Amino acid sequence: MSAAAAPARLPLSWTVRDIGAMTRRNILRYVRIPQLLVFSTIQPVMFVLLFNYVFGGALRVPGVLHYIDYLMAGIFVQTAIFGSTQTGVGLAEDLSKGMIDRFRSLPMARSAVLAGRTLGDLFRNVFVVLLMTGVAYLVGFRFHGLLGAIGALGLVLLVGFAFSWISATIGLLVRNVEAAQTAGFIWVFPLVFASSAFAPVATMPGWLQGFAKATPITTTVDAVRALSLGRPPGSELWWSLAWIAGILLVFVPFAVSRYRRVT
Amino acid sequence: MSEIVKAEGLHRSFGQVTALDGVDLAVREGTVLGLLGPNGAGKTTFVRILTTLLLPDRGRAEVAGYDVVRDATMLRTVIGLAGQYAAVDETLTGHENLELVGRLYHLDRAEARRRAGELLERFDLSGAGHRVVRTYSGGMRRRLDLAASLVNRPRVLFLDEPTTGLDPRSRRALWDMIKELVADGTTLLLTTQYLEEADRLADEIAVIDLGQVIARGTADELKDKVGGEVLEVRVADRARVQAAAGEVAACCGSGEPQVDAEAGELTLPTAEGAAVLVDVVRRLDAAGIRISDLALRRPTLDDVFLALTGRGAERPEEPDQPRNGRRARRRRRDRSAA
Repeated sequence: MSAAAAPARLPLSWTVRDIGAMTRRNILRYVRIPQLLVFSTIQPVMFVLLFNYVFGGALRVPGVLHYIDYLMAGIFVQTAIFGSTQTGVGLAEDLSKGMIDRFRSLPMARSAVLAGRTLGDLFRNVFVVLLMTGVAYLVGFRFHGLLGAIGALGLVLLVGFAFSWISATIGLLVRNVEAAQTAGFIWVFPLVFASSAFAPVATMPGWLQGFAKATPITTTVDAVRALSLGRPPGSELWWSLAWIAGILLVFVPFAVSRYRRVT
Repeated sequence: MSEIVKAEGLHRSFGQVTALDGVDLAVREGTVLGLLGPNGAGKTTFVRILTTLLLPDRGRAEVAGYDVVRDATMLRTVIGLAGQYAAVDETLTGHENLELVGRLYHLDRAEARRRAGELLERFDLSGAGHRVVRTYSGGMRRRLDLAASLVNRPRVLFLDEPTTGLDPRSRRALWDMIKELVADGTTLLLTTQYLEEADRLADEIAVIDLGQVIARGTADELKDKVGGEVLEVRVADRARVQAAAGEVAACCGSGEPQVDAEAGELTLPTAEGAAVLVDVVRRLDAAGIRISDLALRRPTLDDVFLALTGRGAERPEEPDQPRNGRRARRRRRDRSAA
């Protein structure tokens, strides 16, 4: 049996295969339970329609002709970030059902459970973001240029991936599905709303502006907005990428060390 | 025969709770060792250390020559584990579950598929192989879980309370499957809180209580520790069972009688053989106590546990719910980690 020849440390090619197998498993879950996808899509679709038709008339945002052109960058980022909270919920579920025990008793790469989960959720976000683009086009949104569109959606997926690792850490810390749901979501909600996602930061009270300007949400939304409207994203893009890199640098090792110590 | 599992002086505690308090235990290759003990005795902790899920605080252990700490990755290639509840993915089909495990053992895709099909057939799941596990019954999930633990043809198989929570019929079906496995020469370490299960499946039994192995031997050897046979008396008038216990203990027993006042029953180990029955009848008749049932039987492992620890195997304060027990233990671990 080939497995009997395993060395003390797994070769890199096996790590890649393990991650592939785990990613496939997590994507299959979304195929088998489409409700998981439907729920993560219905809510942003409602946001698009409600924000656009309810507030769209009242909100005059400088720099864009229609509110939908302002709104979509926020909706994309919000969808990706909210979706990333599922990473921790899925891990907590695996923990509580004994799946993690099974995986840890196998000679597989330790990183594959987490990487497979976050990558699976990245692919889920690809699907959701494309679907949102379709909805946005129906209500009059347009990307200005293909390159900008690719850049904008790529940045959205990246920030979602980074937040998936935060969510993974939370899931491993709380270890319980319900707690992971609450703990993973409760702080994300104000973070996303106190940003330039739905309204310009300049219209907020001064004390909130300071916070809103500094978050990775605002920098990312601003960069995505600029890219999707065909404008130069300027320093916002670099700030956003710096945030993403920073989050990954902190939370990937943190989550992996938590996973190793799960008992 | 060589010892394929060896544990020496294993200690492990979770905060204030000592789960293992110096366990020495070895399993010879090709045999079945039943680890018997009540909830919270340390059985699961022992299995988790041997399967590299948990590090020991002190002591050492090896499986198939691999140290549980130093050679963890290698060790994982030669073991199979089925835990207290079926660790299978509900959203995948049975076939996909086994294929995933095969892939994670680094079988190539074709081999992983072939092995999955083979195991599904062996565990009577062929018909359900392409159905999502969510639709499986409890017994089917356990079978799939057992199948998953065999994907790599393990040299040592660990089954942690494999039949807890199953109905009697599924339990017997699983026993038959485990027996077949063992007949193929797989070494098995089985934990259970069911005395009957250890009796049926194990070549040797180690009794564990409060983190220590308190007895070891074949089922018969352990039963001999009780001292031959067990006398069982049921009296017609339940109120007089205590009086009956006094009479019987005075004439015929070896050891303390155990009284079940509610059933009007008493049991007593005895070494005197069938002749004791006559003595009991005479003695109780003289005392004017009417007997409704009288028997001399081979001791069960329940009697063994009682003789070893002074109490029954089932502790009433710990309900038979592995999930709760496990969660409680998890919580203790959390606290110790914090």
